[in-house]
Formats: sequence, C-alpha cells, structure tokens
Amino acid sequence: MNLYTEVRSLIKKELVLEWRSKYALNGVLLYVAATVFICYQSFKRVDPITWNALFWVIMLFAAINAVAKSFMNESRGRQLYYYTLASPHAIIISKIIYNFLLMMLLSAIALFFYNVVFQNPIGDVPLYLLSVIIGSLSFSTAFTMISAIASKANNNATLMAILGFPIIVPILIGLIKLSKNAMDGLDRSVSGDEIMLLMGINVIVVVTSLLLFPYLWRE
Amino acid sequence: MKNNWWKFLAVAFVFYSIIGGLLFEVPVRAILNETIRNLYFHVPMWFAMIIVFCMSVFYSVKYLRTGHEYDDLKAIEYANVGVIFGCLGLITGMLWAQFTWGEWWSNDPKQNSAAIAMLIYLAYLVLRNSIDEEQKRARIGAIYNIFAFPVMIVLLFVLPRMTDSLHPGNGGNPGFNSYDLDSRMRMVFYPACAGWIMLGLWIAQIRFRMRKLENDILHQ
Repeated sequence: MNLYTEVRSLIKKELVLEWRSKYALNGVLLYVAATVFICYQSFKRVDPITWNALFWVIMLFAAINAVAKSFMNESRGRQLYYYTLASPHAIIISKIIYNFLLMMLLSAIALFFYNVVFQNPIGDVPLYLLSVIIGSLSFSTAFTMISAIASKANNNATLMAILGFPIIVPILIGLIKLSKNAMDGLDRSVSGDEIMLLMGINVIVVVTSLLLFPYLWRE
Repeated sequence: MKNNWWKFLAVAFVFYSIIGGLLFEVPVRAILNETIRNLYFHVPMWFAMIIVFCMSVFYSVKYLRTGHEYDDLKAIEYANVGVIFGCLGLITGMLWAQFTWGEWWSNDPKQNSAAIAMLIYLAYLVLRNSIDEEQKRARIGAIYNIFAFPVMIVLLFVLPRMTDSLHPGNGGNPGFNSYDLDSRMRMVFYPACAGWIMLGLWIAQIRFRMRKLENDILHQ
C-alpha cells in the first residue's frame, strides 16, 4: 500500500469509529456549547477585544479536550496492530487531517453559538473565517504531536496541558492578531505577515512531527 | 592541561568582564546612564543559553540516531544549564527594565516570549520526571526537546521583531551593534560573551560527568 491509500483508509477508520461511539463527539460538541453559554452568562456583553480573546480561549480549551483523546483512548494492543499494518507517517498524517476536520466542525459550531448569544462585531467576515480555519489547522497540527507524546508518558491529561500551552502560545498570539485585524476590517495587505507567520509555524510543526513520530511510535 | 586551557580562559574572561564591566568607562546616554553596563551581564546570558540549548538539541538528535545513553544525559544537562542561564537573563533584564522602562514587567513582547520559552523547557523537565522507565524517558524527552526547539526560535527571534517592543534591537529600536556599542564597550562585551558561553559549557560538562558516575554506580 502506498502512503496515500494508507492515509485515506486510516481517516475513514477514524470517522467510522467516531460515528459508532458518538458519545465522544457529542461530548465535545456539548462542551463547546456549554462553555459558550457559561461565558455568556458571566459576561452578558463584551467589548470587541474581549469578544475576540474569549473566542480563542474557548477554542483553545475545546481543542485540548478534542485532540487530547486522539491517542489516549487507543489501547496498547490496538496500537501494535496499526504498527503492523501502516507506516508511522501515514498514522500521524491521518491523525492530523482527522483532527483538522474535527476542529473545523468544532469551530463552526462554536462560532455559530457564539454569534447567536453575543453581538457580532466582525468587520471583515471572510478574513475572520480564514483565521478560524488557520486556527483549526494550527491547533490540530500542534496538539496531535503533543497528544502523541503525552499518551506515551502515562496518559496524563495534566501533562498534555503543560506540554501544549507553551507551544501553542506563539500560534495563539498570531491568531489573535490576525482575527483582530479582521474584526477591525483593516486592509487585507496588513494581515499578510501574520498569515505567513502562522503557515510557516504550521509547516515547521508538521515537518518536525513527520520526522519525530517514527521514533515515538517505535517501541 | 592541554585540553583544559579554555576553562582558565573562561574564568579569566568572566572575571575581566565583571571588573571591566563595572569600572571601565562607558558612553553617556540619556535614560540609560550607567545601566548600559547591564549589556555586559544580560546579553551574554542569552547567548550562553542559546548555545547551550543548541547543544542540548544536538545531543537529543544524536540520541535518537544512536540510542546511546550518555547522549541523553548530555542533552538533559545542557537543558538544565540553559534553564539557569535563561532565568539569570530574565532577572538581569527585569532589573534593567525597572530602571529604564520604569517597571519590572511591562508586558513587553520580548519579556513575554522569554518567559514562555522558559515554560517550554520547564515542561521538558517535568515531562522527564513523569516517566520512570529510563529508555522511554530518554526517547520521549529527546522527541519533545527537538519538537519544542523551533517553536522557541520563533518565540525569541521572530515574534518580538513583528510587534512593537521597547527592547533594543526590536520594533525599530537600535540594537547593540549600531551606535550603542562603541569600541570601548566591545573590549568588554565580546570577552564577556565568550567567557559566559565557555562557563556554561563547562558547567554542563561537570554536571554530565557527575550524572555519569551516579549512573555507573547504580548499574554496577
């Protein structure tokens, strides 16, 4: 099997597994909705800077919860079984793509609820959506590898947060700046630097993940 | 003796930079005044930290390639020394900021980035402590060390340059190699950097040798 077919069948497997045990997916979706509602109840109305920051904080914790389980709820036996079937590159790529899809769904739902309860101050909607897509991509690339590392180290959820937060901070700073530009409706040429920076970090993270995952996987 | 000359040089340079840094003449600048001397103590800490962290990543890569236990011990000791230098850099920077910017912590991007970089390496140390099995600890530690390194580079060298920062060398401010640093200061600054870098490498080597001895006793 070549890499492409391996990745495709692994993603299909992830989707089928998720669909069969819907509780995990529904749990995360409910988590997002409940968090948005709690924020609404505590803030009532917010100024635009807080609106933006709050959205990304909600997304950050949703992402930690959603992506953390990508390696943790797989038993050792099943991982060994994958090891015999697929190459480590196919496994990490399929996990990243699957987490990206999951994050896209999550962000769509979060953004929808968020806009329903809070007043929407976005100036440049397409650019804001782009920043949300880039955000989903960045969260999934960074947290997939972190989750793989944390799952090898005693499946510790605290460890996931300790390892993940410092790594995600530079990405989050870039995302908040980009989405703030979109909210203020600034000229799009202003945001070029941020988009380049974020995509650059993503490329670096994916490449290091691809290089390092085979060592992590081999046991 | 033939292999240890650089250790004497390190001690000589560090002493020279302390004495020269406090006593030699420096250019008079508004606001900076005598705090300009902090250049001799603050900047070498970061240079030493970067060099030591590079060594740490180098040995982590080497460990993943060869699986030799000593490479992992070297990686962890270089990281330990780097954390110490990073904390010293933060403290000297905060001291300087108090007298020039007026606050210990003024939410400057460079300060924030440096603090987050420290968090990354402290997380690395916590990760290592959380795993008992030696080979597993070495492998996972090496992987996180390599994974975090490019992010730290972005944090320290790319992000602060993209935003407004008061830190010299960022946000359009003059760095230490333009008019700030005249030839009198170079006479102290370069030896100071070289001295602290060599001192850092020396400390890491001693700590590695201690750990190697402990290890050998444990495995007897």
